[in-house]
Amino acid sequence: MSQEDILNPKQMPSDPEKATPEGKNKFVGFWMFLGGETVLFASLFGTYLALVRSTSGENTPENLFGLELVFIMTMLLLTSSLTSVYAMYHMKNNDFKKMQLWLGITVVLGLGFLGCEIYEFYHYIHEYGFTFRSSAFGSAFYTLVGFHGGHVVFGLSWFIALMLRNRKRGLNLYNAPKYYIASLYWHFIDVVWVFIFTVVYLLGKVG
Amino acid sequence: MEENTSSASRHKIDVHKKEHKEEMIHQVISFILMILFTFIAFGMVVLEISSYFVKPVLILLAVIQVVFQLYYFMHMKNKGHFMPAMMMYGGLTVAFFTIITFTTIIWW
Repeated sequence: MSQEDILNPKQMPSDPEKATPEGKNKFVGFWMFLGGETVLFASLFGTYLALVRSTSGENTPENLFGLELVFIMTMLLLTSSLTSVYAMYHMKNNDFKKMQLWLGITVVLGLGFLGCEIYEFYHYIHEYGFTFRSSAFGSAFYTLVGFHGGHVVFGLSWFIALMLRNRKRGLNLYNAPKYYIASLYWHFIDVVWVFIFTVVYLLGKVG
Repeated sequence: MEENTSSASRHKIDVHKKEHKEEMIHQVISFILMILFTFIAFGMVVLEISSYFVKPVLILLAVIQVVFQLYYFMHMKNKGHFMPAMMMYGGLTVAFFTIITFTTIIWW
């Protein structure tokens, strides 16, 4: 059996992401990375909580944050998490087209989230003069939320690259682990966002 | 004989499809609950419920949402997730001490 036959079996297994040794290794290795990412974001959250009261002038969390936009962003990201679950459902049923379609919807929702975040930062900088350098609170805020935004950019680029690269290949045991791991990354982005909207925005408003 | 194996494999596919469908139902239910928790969390802040249990409840709602995300959306409840659980709990332990350290150093 050639390598090609192994990667394109006549009947796809129900868990194509873990059917090859490479897939299994990617799976474990990626969770190891996510454990590390948890610690990394914890240090950014810790810094934020330590510096959130070090404000300057009127630019306090209570005055700055508007919950409407954050609510829309939360809904967009949470829904995109569900659509990427749908994509993985179709991957397990070996339906490549539907998987690509749902990933496409995930990307659109993610872009919506990103647009809102760019608007938010733009608004803070131009309407309030609240920048990275205004106060320790400003630095901690932009580092934490901006780092999450950077993850969103990376996750979107990852999905788009996979979708374009494999559009003519169809699903096989070589690219199934890649799709699966990209979707894990996307869910992790939502995990971090749940804590950002709770700790930064909601607790910021409560005071 | 050949027919037998193909009908057996067809049966296997159907069983898997059914499993996937069941998992999907659980995922949709957890999505609905997560939306609900988000509404409660934002509602508590918008309605300005003033009492000191608001903060712990907000944190608790976030933790429950993340548990749903990890166990249902990221499949940690499924078999073969011992290593991922070890990694995440290891990461969360270090994360917990990191936040405790950073916040208490500044407070005291």
